[in-house]
Amino acid sequence: MKGHIIIDRELCKECHLCIQACKKGLITPSNDYNSRGYRPVCFKEEGDECTGCTLCAITCPDIAIEVYRE
Amino acid sequence: MMKQVFGRPKSMKKNIFHYCAGCGHSIAHRLIAEVIDELGIRGITIGVPPAGCAVLAYNYFDIDMIEAQHGRGPATATGIKRVLPDRVVFSYQGDGDLAAIGIAESFHAANRGENITVVFMNNAVYGMTGGQMAPTSIMGQKTTTSPTGRNNVLDGYPIQVSEIFALLPGTAYIERCTVNSPASILKTRKAIRKAFQYQIDGLGFSLVEILSPCPTNWKMTPIESCHWIDEVMSKAFPLGVIKDLPAAAKEEGKKGEQRHDG
Repeated sequence: MKGHIIIDRELCKECHLCIQACKKGLITPSNDYNSRGYRPVCFKEEGDECTGCTLCAITCPDIAIEVYRE
Repeated sequence: MMKQVFGRPKSMKKNIFHYCAGCGHSIAHRLIAEVIDELGIRGITIGVPPAGCAVLAYNYFDIDMIEAQHGRGPATATGIKRVLPDRVVFSYQGDGDLAAIGIAESFHAANRGENITVVFMNNAVYGMTGGQMAPTSIMGQKTTTSPTGRNNVLDGYPIQVSEIFALLPGTAYIERCTVNSPASILKTRKAIRKAFQYQIDGLGFSLVEILSPCPTNWKMTPIESCHWIDEVMSKAFPLGVIKDLPAAAKEEGKKGEQRHDG
């Protein structure tokens, strides 16, 4: 696993800019609501495709994404 | 062992932004906080938030902030900077704040060449009050007070704040950028860093204009509004460095040296 991201479900406002930014399509919309009435996006955990490029975190307006790299 | 490569900047409090989904304000906040961290000036930076959507900016920055009256950010910042010249002072303003009610204060602070930094968020509408037409609304843009589109006979033309300020001899650095893609966000960060660095070096007034998406008042999705900036808004407000006196002077100096050598 080269990279990994953690999405803070309470901070996400489902603007979906990160979905657009991820070149590998590893972030997907979801149907589960958080306590503020938004449906935060999900990160596809399985596989080791994430390179930790940080593009999703750079676009995230709400600093909801933390990126880890080896 | 995984190492964290991206997280919340230290100069940013752990509060949830009140901004709408896809708003450019929160991106600009983060970039300013990152630059403050990077330059290590967290203890000596004083911010001046505006009236407008970003009026609560002091809830998010973990630095000293002094709220200014509507549009009077650069005047307040001038006072702070003159009393405490060793501090880094920035004013954060929207287009209603800077280009409408505060144009006089902003214009004269720029004209005096005060050694402050202004971050100017241009989203072409009055965001907080419900999307009315702003001085920076582009021609033909539909807003709640221009339902058939901005018309030059009734409403005049959009104000090109950066170009006008660039004509003033007092300004040192003016750049227009946007925050609609990862590449442009990184570029904007560089511009903000440069503006702060110029202030630290005492080079004079710097202004970074940021074309910011306002999905709620533009009645678009966040992704559509990012495209709209690229396709429509940046045609009316061309991106790029509009004025960079210190860099030009450096270039001139180099040329002079070369001539001397030759």
